[in-house]
Amino acid sequence: MAQSDAITRLSADIRIQTIRALEQAGFGHIGGCMSVADTLAVLYGGELNIRPEQPDWPERDYLVMGKGHCGPVLYAALALKGYFPMDWLNTVNQPGTRLPSHCDRLKTPGIDMSTGSLGQGLSCAAGIALGLRMQGRSNRVFCIVGDGELQEGQIWEAAAAAEHLHLNRLILLIDENKRQLDGYVCDVCGGDPAEKFRAFGWNVVRVCGWDTDAILHEIRAATEQAGAPSAIVLETVKGMGASFAEHERNNHYMVITKEMAVEAVAEIHRRLSAGTYPAGEVV
Amino acid sequence: MTHDPFTPRPDEKDMRDAYCDALIAAAEADSRVIVIDCDLSNSLGTGRFHARFPERSFNLGIMEANACSMAAGLSLTGFVPFVHSFAVFTSRRMTDQIFLSCAYAGLNVKLIGGDAGVSAAVNGGTHMAFEDFGVLRSIVGLRLFEPTDNTMVRALIPHIASRYGVDYIRMPRRSVIKIYEPGETFMPGEAKQLREGEDVTLIASGVMVSEALIAADLLENEGVHASVLDCFTIQPLDTAQIVERAQQTGCVVTAENHNIIGGLGSAVAELLSERAPVPLERVGVKNVFGEVGPQAYLMDRFGLRAKDICAAAHRVIERKQR
Ligand SMILES: Cc1ncc(C[n+]2csc(CCOP(=O)(O)OP(=O)(O)O)c2C)c(N)n1
Repeated sequence: MAQSDAITRLSADIRIQTIRALEQAGFGHIGGCMSVADTLAVLYGGELNIRPEQPDWPERDYLVMGKGHCGPVLYAALALKGYFPMDWLNTVNQPGTRLPSHCDRLKTPGIDMSTGSLGQGLSCAAGIALGLRMQGRSNRVFCIVGDGELQEGQIWEAAAAAEHLHLNRLILLIDENKRQLDGYVCDVCGGDPAEKFRAFGWNVVRVCGWDTDAILHEIRAATEQAGAPSAIVLETVKGMGASFAEHERNNHYMVITKEMAVEAVAEIHRRLSAGTYPAGEVV
Repeated sequence: MTHDPFTPRPDEKDMRDAYCDALIAAAEADSRVIVIDCDLSNSLGTGRFHARFPERSFNLGIMEANACSMAAGLSLTGFVPFVHSFAVFTSRRMTDQIFLSCAYAGLNVKLIGGDAGVSAAVNGGTHMAFEDFGVLRSIVGLRLFEPTDNTMVRALIPHIASRYGVDYIRMPRRSVIKIYEPGETFMPGEAKQLREGEDVTLIASGVMVSEALIAADLLENEGVHASVLDCFTIQPLDTAQIVERAQQTGCVVTAENHNIIGGLGSAVAELLSERAPVPLERVGVKNVFGEVGPQAYLMDRFGLRAKDICAAAHRVIERKQR
């Protein structure tokens, strides 16, 4: 299998496992989980320098899931990489679980930072990047944020600080799925994230958020950047890949029945066979 | 009990200078110790640290929330960041970051709140933290300190630097009344008993410790024997000793440079109402905002004087006898 095929397969598995996990839980943040599945497949499909058997390996690349409500899609990727047994995914949000709805570094192997209050993750990632640089290490620090999350003032504090400190090993992945909890970002409080981060002195590119080759290319390019941190704006579609969510106006957080999940998984397989995965007819 | 009367004498240095000495010493002993400022380095006195350890000092600017979460990230890579701002901002601007990025995430961050309470003086009500302990006391696992004088600052900082966890230290910047001789030792979480007496227990922290000692002398002149505790760790509270003293003396007065809601007085009241319900009064700021003025004026204005402690002591003693 070519590397890009393997990444596509991994992204499909991440989606399928996420859908199943959320269906087990009965509900969840399906929209924002689906839109970053392809990026996670690129990261965990070989790009991240990690050791799943040693989650706290000091030389690893770090990942902070700023939009902590999308923990489940990250858990799917971590389970598929062998950080913990696959059957943990059946316990998402169950009492006593090690996979809570929002990322928790003390509960889940492979989760580098606890998040869930939007806006804090980028600062945490900047702190990690600064600490690593002070130790003379060159690990990369990735941070995934939502486009709604960019409304938080703390994001722009972190953007200014990371640029001032020349944290070039910090790579921000912005899931521009155009929606937040209450609707469209442009209706709530919008603006072009690329222009904003450029104005803050960052290296910025836009990329199709499910074109895994392009994402990989941009991550590699960001890795070569000297001087300033990088932001990659992932142009995504919220809910893409979970058929029941794709045509829902409110797909931020949905009740997910067994039937919905079964049909969504079947649709993923149909799209894979038809060569239209993950978008299908959505775009 | 006989003892020499307490003669208030100011410490030789501003507390911020003693603090910076202690921090430099901690950083010399431990290369993980770093400093984060939010454009208040001049006010809080960390300048000499920046000069001594430029590569371990970061003035991030006026962005307290980011500073706090960045400190959490830095601690994740093994550093021990000391984050500085005024108490009003450390407690209120960083609350959610202290909760999630630091405490909930199980990280190792030291938070400094300068210009505690009335020591904000002419910066006035906007800058006068009477609620910082109240804001932070209900966050799980935080340790809250209010060092009493320079000797204590010097003793506490190395301990705080070396013990893993999230700590908040509220301090005045100027010199305060000296209570302890050099070499005195302190156990975090253990209140210091400064006077023994069987009639009433006075539990104080920060600038109110010297007022409590003056009050104890005034009471002594009236034949009332007061026990005085310096409760410099607001959390975890020295529950064993406070309960024991309350039972021995049968009544308690707390004294704090803080709103009587949420701080030392509240903590002691919560404890004693469950474990040793004795008459209690809280001397402190009576749920009003701060205002501008010299510290001495503000202490009079908000009833933070030895005479206020004495009056409260008489009331609790009377209630006890009823
Ligand atoms: C500080 C904060 N405010 C509100 C919320 C509640 N909340 C959870 S997700 C969400 C919307 C997030 O939108 P976006 O960042 O675009 O994420 P995505 O669409 O990718 O799920 C909100 C408001 C929160 N978690 N944190």
